[in-house]
Amino acid sequence: MAWGYILGFNNMFGSSGMAEESGMFRVHQTIGSVLCCKCGIPMQPNAANMCVKCLRSEVDITEGLLKRLVLVHCPECESYLQPPRSWVKLQLESKELLTFCLKKLQKNLNSNKVRLVHAEFIWTEPHSRRVKVKVRVQKEVLNGAILEQSYPVEYVQQEHMCESCSRVQANPDQWVAAVQLRQHVSHRRTFFYLEQLILKHGAAASAIRIKQMEQGIDFFFSNRSHGVKFVEFIGKVAPVRSRHDRQLVSHDPKSNNYNYKYTFSVELSPICREDLICLPPKLAVSLGNIGPIVICTKVTNSIALLDPFTLRHCFLDADQYWRASFKSLLTSRQLVEYIVLDVEVVSSEVTIGGTKYRLADAQIARLSDFGKNDTIFNVKTHLGHLLNPGDYALGYDLYGANSNDMELDKYKGLVLPEAVLIKKSYEEKRQKKRGKPRAWKLKSLEMEVDDKGRVDQDKMLSEYEQFLKDLEENPDMRFNISLYRNKEYQPSEMASVTDGDELPSVPLEELLADLDLSENEDEEDNMTE
Amino acid sequence: MATRLQFENNCEVGAYSKLTNAYCLVAIGGSENFFSAFEGELADVIPVVKTSIGGNRIVGRLCVGNKNGLLLPHTATDRELQHLRNSLPDQVVVQRIEERLCALGNCITCNDHVALTHSDLDRETEEMIADVLGVEVFSQTVAGNAIVGSYCVFSNTGGLVHPHTSIEGLDELSTLLQVPLVAGTVNRGSEVIASGMTVNDWTAFCGSDTTATELSVIESVFKLREAQPIAIVNEMRKSLIDTYV
Repeated sequence: MAWGYILGFNNMFGSSGMAEESGMFRVHQTIGSVLCCKCGIPMQPNAANMCVKCLRSEVDITEGLLKRLVLVHCPECESYLQPPRSWVKLQLESKELLTFCLKKLQKNLNSNKVRLVHAEFIWTEPHSRRVKVKVRVQKEVLNGAILEQSYPVEYVQQEHMCESCSRVQANPDQWVAAVQLRQHVSHRRTFFYLEQLILKHGAAASAIRIKQMEQGIDFFFSNRSHGVKFVEFIGKVAPVRSRHDRQLVSHDPKSNNYNYKYTFSVELSPICREDLICLPPKLAVSLGNIGPIVICTKVTNSIALLDPFTLRHCFLDADQYWRASFKSLLTSRQLVEYIVLDVEVVSSEVTIGGTKYRLADAQIARLSDFGKNDTIFNVKTHLGHLLNPGDYALGYDLYGANSNDMELDKYKGLVLPEAVLIKKSYEEKRQKKRGKPRAWKLKSLEMEVDDKGRVDQDKMLSEYEQFLKDLEENPDMRFNISLYRNKEYQPSEMASVTDGDELPSVPLEELLADLDLSENEDEEDNMTE
Repeated sequence: MATRLQFENNCEVGAYSKLTNAYCLVAIGGSENFFSAFEGELADVIPVVKTSIGGNRIVGRLCVGNKNGLLLPHTATDRELQHLRNSLPDQVVVQRIEERLCALGNCITCNDHVALTHSDLDRETEEMIADVLGVEVFSQTVAGNAIVGSYCVFSNTGGLVHPHTSIEGLDELSTLLQVPLVAGTVNRGSEVIASGMTVNDWTAFCGSDTTATELSVIESVFKLREAQPIAIVNEMRKSLIDTYV
């Protein structure tokens, strides 16, 4: 198997080059032959003055070189241990595996002053658990003769499951960090929105399990740092406060190793978009005597508040909110439909945080009263730019509401408006479109549903529908969300015949094409071709 | 006959001794073995002298001589010079020379008729060589090496040169020296021939590493098998290149 030959010699006919360069006449040199000093056969002189056979019998350059090494191999994920603790995935007979094998050999070669010149795999059965590499090496022996020889190195695959695989084998959903996301409100709109944000940013890509809970979602991670990263992400998109705890699972006092389970409790503020809020007196003062009746226009990592009667606005960041937390006076579930009878614009149009507002005096009546009695309210509204006489609008009925808010009681002599309009209602127009699919759709996280929390399916569907409508009506809400084209949607000709005031919808150019790489799709494509 | 021996576990016997047809110089060593080997072989014919040169034991590399004379480097002390003059036969001229390259054994090699020298030697030295040793002097190289004294050894009957010497180089040298030459090795492939062996017309001493093959080459080229101390005088020499190889 092993073979070798002498490659070169140092200091042989060293001065011949010089004479040629100087252009001198030079006698042609015929290399003579000498007798091999051991066996006596004629041969060309070399540095050792020994024939190749004798030289090989004299010196074995593979002496002291490792011929049998061990590769630690994980049978589950087909990876090899790169000491001390990392695992690399390598294919049999691949260039990378050869590099990996030779790296193990290199130190041994260097310490023997042997130079590696060539290496190749010798084919072995994959289940033989042997990797054989034929290595050709060079070494200088006996005053300057360079001997080359090849020899096979056998790597034995030692099966040893890597840490992550063995953990998976032991218990597939063993988590190290759990993030419990909660919002103590009666609806799930915030979570629908957060779900889309998480999908768009791939924030929960490393989660091993996602579980839908009552008033929130649980995320489970296999690594503490993944959990921390996720909590940080949530902190950037919503006003949250969080705390974390850990539970000791096991501990090894000899090596000072502790194995913990970490739990992060993340609480979202209960204030949602379109909520009516009565600010606590202290906070109202610190915000420049705003309100105290304000509406929340936007929730990001800060809360945007707007006084609908003066168009003054302010932002509360998470810190400020949690220092003096408050609850909403009325939430969007308590919105009442009004009909607008008359609108009188008071001021010019103002842009606040990207949205336009116009202060106006409006004469409105509850839709439920309309045609039954003459109860009419004169209110100030910030929706002067949207509302026209005859429109429908949604608002909070403070006239009929029976509020028992602590904060409201602190204000002595505060005259509450009879109604606060929040948004224009498109319910009438929507009636026509009922049942038709939307031109777009959203992706959703794969969530397990907690059995204990009896989530009302109908309620959730209607809330989801409401969330989709909100998306259609608010372009700035769509800003952080990926909408995908719905393939089932067929635009009808009827849609082109519409009246002037069109239903808000998502423009087609905002939609993303859904990348679907399922095999079924390919087959279908092939069939049609 | 060729003899294999060691000097204090060292096979470079040519460095520690100098053998000519009229005398033999041997280094002063810790044990008598080395000296005894020479004494046993040569005592009946020529004087075997223990000496040092300039306090060094590598006498073979520091001096050069033949049956006519002995040249010592300028490092040799007066006492050593006196000792050698007293010990050697009267017809041998012992002379100290002022030469910059004081390892004379490496720079000069000779038999009783011809000498090869290093090309950098002084003119005076070359004249001195011709006068004292009674030889024709040629400035030469052996296989591209200037230190001819290290890489070739020749007697009046034959010679061994560096193994890398080309056929043309061998031809040229044997024409100059008028003896048959062969390229070869001593001490298991060593190319420093003069260090590994020392030779005169009827006997040779080689390092103990010398293999049987090398020994047989040496014996045949120096014609040692039939050689007797007396027979040498009448030997006829022809210019021819032996091709043992």
